[in-house]
Amino acid sequence: MVHVSATPVLALRGVSKRFGAVQALTDVELEVHAGEVVALVGDNGAGKSTLVKTIAGVHPIDEGAIEWDGKAVHINKPQDAQGLGIATVYQDLALCDNIDVVGNLYLGRELKKRGILDEVEMERRSRELLDTLSIRIPSVRIPIASLSGGQRQTVAIARSMLGEPKLVILDEPTAALGVEQTAQVLDLVERLRERGHAVILISHNMADVKAVADKVAVLRLGRNNGIFEVKSTSQEEIISAITGATENAVTRRAARSNGEAQK
Amino acid sequence: MSIDKTSETPEDHVVENPEAAAAAVTAVDPRLLVREQGLAGYASEFKRKMKAGDLGSIPVVLGLVIIWIIFQSLNSNFLTAGNLSDISVAMVGTGMIAVGIVFVLLLGEIDLSVGSVSGVAGAAFAVLNVTHGMNEYLAFVLAILTGTVAGAIHGFVFARIGVPAFAVTLAGLLFWNGFMLQILGSNGTINLDSNGLVAKLTSYYFTDVAAAYVLAIGVTAVFFLSSFYGNKRREAAGVPSRPLSETILRTALLAIVAFAVAITYNQYKGLPLAVVIFIAVLLITDFVLRRTAYGRKIFALGGSVEASRRAGINVEMVRISVFAISGTFAAIGGLFIASKIASANQGAGAGDLLMNAIAAAVIGGTSLFGGRGRTWNALLGVLVIVSIQYGLALQGIASPIQYMITGGVLLATVVIDAVTRKTQKTAGRA
Repeated sequence: MVHVSATPVLALRGVSKRFGAVQALTDVELEVHAGEVVALVGDNGAGKSTLVKTIAGVHPIDEGAIEWDGKAVHINKPQDAQGLGIATVYQDLALCDNIDVVGNLYLGRELKKRGILDEVEMERRSRELLDTLSIRIPSVRIPIASLSGGQRQTVAIARSMLGEPKLVILDEPTAALGVEQTAQVLDLVERLRERGHAVILISHNMADVKAVADKVAVLRLGRNNGIFEVKSTSQEEIISAITGATENAVTRRAARSNGEAQK
Repeated sequence: MSIDKTSETPEDHVVENPEAAAAAVTAVDPRLLVREQGLAGYASEFKRKMKAGDLGSIPVVLGLVIIWIIFQSLNSNFLTAGNLSDISVAMVGTGMIAVGIVFVLLLGEIDLSVGSVSGVAGAAFAVLNVTHGMNEYLAFVLAILTGTVAGAIHGFVFARIGVPAFAVTLAGLLFWNGFMLQILGSNGTINLDSNGLVAKLTSYYFTDVAAAYVLAIGVTAVFFLSSFYGNKRREAAGVPSRPLSETILRTALLAIVAFAVAITYNQYKGLPLAVVIFIAVLLITDFVLRRTAYGRKIFALGGSVEASRRAGINVEMVRISVFAISGTFAAIGGLFIASKIASANQGAGAGDLLMNAIAAAVIGGTSLFGGRGRTWNALLGVLVIVSIQYGLALQGIASPIQYMITGGVLLATVVIDAVTRKTQKTAGRA
């Protein structure tokens, strides 16, 4: 872990969110510091995506408070989150296959010179950015379609870095990737931390979480179910927090088969 | 350097020793397809592009050459200055409509109303100028604006309400055709002033031989200087640039074509005004599509609507504006067509006009699947279609055969588009 500041970049205090009759989040607490990777884990329907969407401004919160650098803020729309310096990389990549890497990096915020696209400057800065993140792709002038899944994911993450965000949210960045590509993305997550960004990483993959995260925040049925230091916590502890301590189908089945074996 | 990505076998990575791999981190990526300098480099680059299905304008240029050779061998009058000049003037009307179609196809959508809208523009000008005696410049602008408004309405219904563009513009096709018949009234045909503004669009020629040469020199010089200084800037910024030899080669090719065209025009009536306007429109639209943020947004929407939306692009506004552009060019095309026959009649915008305009855009190399194409495609495509029309007319072959041949060419092009798209997918360049 690199130096961690005292005041968290982002802090959620007792956040609740309802969708009609469904209580999606109840009194959720979360803190993320600069230079820290917090993994957000939980089973399907635990509220991970909802929590991320409240931070990203897609769904405003119903109750509770969001603190940014120690000050209370309201995030009601995606632009609010972007304005604060929150960048979100969604699971399904937000890239255009037919446009080259430079064009995708600068999509929606093209550099212009007298109203004309400044391709030279965009290309120069793209190379710089990819170099500082040690992202290696064959050329910045080939269409996204020519890149592998891992390369696309790294481009998508690099794209979120252009606005110099303080907090980067990665929604299952390794879900559809192979072994090598996963390693590339995890390397990139570590580099984000080294550069002092706060990172929230959603993942189902315990190996990824153990590999790069500093803390693990577990959600279960829309509530906090423990925040663990990765170094001092075993994988089993995390998994039992995800599935709901000891009383669940897995432990019942294990107990039953044990009992049968003893007979 | 391997030119074929698929030949890179996994064994290559296995034999690599880990130390070398670590050292390579700072070196040039070995997968990078470096273009060798010199002419041998062009040949291998060309081969690689062919294999990857990145055909660009090559099929259509080849097709055009073949069509011209066939018609010339059938009738030696085909490749005369007079016939080529007539072809180039006749193609401008359909070509203008095809330019608008290229914009819509880049979004991955279709506009079926352009034929009818072009008819409305011709009729609107005739009614305003001839029947009501309005100033011809004002009537001209209003006629073009009718196209803009019609297109914007289609775009609005498509983008805001979410009706498929196919259905909206099909309704538009019927509606605007009816609208044209309504404003033309019972007498049906309105003749235009043969010395008026619209008639001049296709009947005016710059008879001074200098005009064509000045244009040829100008186009070549602008191309060379912009490439040259563009490369200088790229070199200064330390990003890859084209070698000077390539710039000179490209300029030379352009100069040969430009002067061949200029000489041909000067053997006949001179440089046609219609062609000058068409070239200017192509230069401007190409610039807008490839060098401005607006053009980038159009390509982005053709690639992925969701990605564009997340990048903060106002999807609705881009869609509405593109349909408005399509309607505008349909109206401009309609005025050129009215100019060619010096009248507005009930048959305007009907028949094969719509299909020819769409076929021109597609034959020229614009993808039906969105996100790929240039407005220059419209020029090449319409040149093919009008060449076929004129060539068959010279042979005295009637329109049934014309339709069948044009249909065959269109099918061939769409097949090429679909096949190259598949090849590009496997080569990772879709």
